[in-house]
Amino acid sequence: METEAQNQDPARVATLEAFADTIVPGEKRSPDDRAVAGVAAGGGAVASGALQLLEEPAGGISEALDALVLGLNDHATEYAEAHGVALDDGVPAFVSLPYEHRAALVQQLTTPGHPEKQVWVGLALFSNMAFDSASHLGTAEAFAAGHPGLLTIGFQPPGEDGLNRFPDYSYGRPLADLHPDTTATGSPA
Amino acid sequence: MSSIESTDVVVIGSGFGGAIPAYHLAAGGARVVVLERGPHLSGEEFEHDFKLGSSYTRVFDFVVGDGMSVLGGNCVGGGSVVYFATMPRAPGFVFERHGSIGRRMWPASITRDVLDPWYDRVSEALPVSMQTWDKVPYAGGLFAAACAHAGHTANPSPAAVDVERCTNCNWMMAGCRFDAKRSLLLNYLPAAVAHGAEVRPLHEVQHLTRNDDGGYRVHFRVVDDSDYRILHDAGTIDAKVVIVAAGAGATPVILQRSADTLGAMPHATGRYFSGNGERLNTAVFDEDRVREVLGLTRGDGQAYAANQIGRGPTVASWDRLDGTLPEFERFSLEQLYFPPGLGTILAQTPDDGDPRWFGVEKKEMLRRWQSWLTIFTMSEDDNEGVFGPPPETGNAHRFSQQMLGHGPLRYRPTANTWRGWNLADAAVKDILERDGLAKVAPWTNDLVGAYTVHPLASCRIGDDPETSALDDRHELRGHPGIFVTDGSAVPGALTVNPALTIAALAERAVAGIVRTAQERGVAVTYIGDLPEGTSSSLRAVAVGA
Repeated sequence: METEAQNQDPARVATLEAFADTIVPGEKRSPDDRAVAGVAAGGGAVASGALQLLEEPAGGISEALDALVLGLNDHATEYAEAHGVALDDGVPAFVSLPYEHRAALVQQLTTPGHPEKQVWVGLALFSNMAFDSASHLGTAEAFAAGHPGLLTIGFQPPGEDGLNRFPDYSYGRPLADLHPDTTATGSPA
Repeated sequence: MSSIESTDVVVIGSGFGGAIPAYHLAAGGARVVVLERGPHLSGEEFEHDFKLGSSYTRVFDFVVGDGMSVLGGNCVGGGSVVYFATMPRAPGFVFERHGSIGRRMWPASITRDVLDPWYDRVSEALPVSMQTWDKVPYAGGLFAAACAHAGHTANPSPAAVDVERCTNCNWMMAGCRFDAKRSLLLNYLPAAVAHGAEVRPLHEVQHLTRNDDGGYRVHFRVVDDSDYRILHDAGTIDAKVVIVAAGAGATPVILQRSADTLGAMPHATGRYFSGNGERLNTAVFDEDRVREVLGLTRGDGQAYAANQIGRGPTVASWDRLDGTLPEFERFSLEQLYFPPGLGTILAQTPDDGDPRWFGVEKKEMLRRWQSWLTIFTMSEDDNEGVFGPPPETGNAHRFSQQMLGHGPLRYRPTANTWRGWNLADAAVKDILERDGLAKVAPWTNDLVGAYTVHPLASCRIGDDPETSALDDRHELRGHPGIFVTDGSAVPGALTVNPALTIAALAERAVAGIVRTAQERGVAVTYIGDLPEGTSSSLRAVAVGA
């Protein structure tokens, strides 16, 4: 689920992947995977296709990604200096941060009052959506492809006609007393 | 020079506030044009699909403001297409509220008793029906059982859902594929069209100007069918009467933008916005405790694990809807479903520590998504929302091709609002964490501010010209012939789902609008029939009651 992104600037891809992985972390794709921190079992936002969703022109964030990558790495450099974290020159600054520091920085950037809060919240929102709703794919298609996010949350797949139906849905019995002032129409008085 | 199109009445918006007057005016003989910003979808066009560009992203709008975000309909049928169809009447004490203005917020002419006959009419027209325990989905049953365990009552909420047709798919926010939800697409709107009303989708009204004859010219842009960021042709229609029902997040913006040409708007236009005191908590249940403590099991042996199953909110607890309690301390608690995406990002992990809305612990919480139960608080906020200067077009700067935008609403919850929210959070925690049933946390307000699906009061009715933009006939003060009949007109938070109240107020307003239309030379009468297919037992509500 990462085809188009692979053709792009590796530093750009790694930075965006590291951000998405901070929002919904996943397991490393290989032992030398730097972008995915590997702090959680199973696929996270990256394996769920976060970059594909971010690159969708329909989402509205794709044109801003270059600027966001630069900005995020600038913030990471400042953060590392302020917190005495040594950075590895071989990868972008944000990718170089250990997970807990990536998370702390994202927390700062999305805190009320931060001047850039809106864009970082937007990036986080799309990263999360890639994981738990696969908005870049059709839902049925996502299930067919074994989408890690939908499977992780246990979302029930649609039937063959693409629709969900739940014929068994009720405990089928009264489970509380009604409010004593309920009116004849079933509303509060 | 091309001729200017003209009609008797232009209705802006096709939700409850637009469809109801459109129907009655058309039935009474007026020429009616309904301009709707969103697309016209129905039946099989409603998909079970989260993909960008599916019906799910086409039919509603999520507008992020400064301190408050608003979810609303954006399609023919407006909120009725995307809502959960929970239709309680507002409790009597709501109509006596003072808020922070030191006097009754509602017009003296409106009480619960006055509104009851209008509630009856809408309830028959949609229809709204009482719900029974044997048809309550698992999530509602779980909330009811937890309430009972904690010594509280709980009610299946009245709903505009044909339960026999419902598949409990919980895709109601994307429009009902099975026509089980009784949206306006099934009653008022087709009835209006049958009487000659024209409904024009993808027409976004930008502003109004006044004509020499005292009527109005309505200026619109045609919205692209798939990328709402793109606006096409501009056009105008003249009308003798204009009904603004674009929703509480858009109506004041259209009027504010019109002030340049119409003259100053009433002070309360774009002020006193209420988010219906809404707040959300998410609980993650311990399935074993659900079985052991509440004795609940599904047919397949599971205890709950049914977050996805159902039809939105079906059970509410009304114990705090007690008129003897102080204002700002009354609220209802309602079990709710939110789909993934918008319904998960704001949920916080129950245990303290950072971060709580993303990260490792949040992912662990997401693994248990089917054991989530979302509880919706509707309380009494302080009408503290204010709209800033309008964006260039529409009511938001559109960010995505559909659904997401940034709007000019600013909302800073007061201590009064927080009092209700804190009491409600504590009540939810007390009910759901009792005996280890679940762990609960409120949604964060840090990302997109507070969050409402029921925007209200941004252009409200009242008796005091300083604090209400409309008189008790819903006419815009200082601008005769312009009426507002949507959620903007509701004076304040209702402590329950507002759709039935919005609809009842629109029904009540029609007779007055007809009188004004007659005075402006429109050949129209108030007949008062309900849309065909409903019984005529409620035809005889006294005009002007």
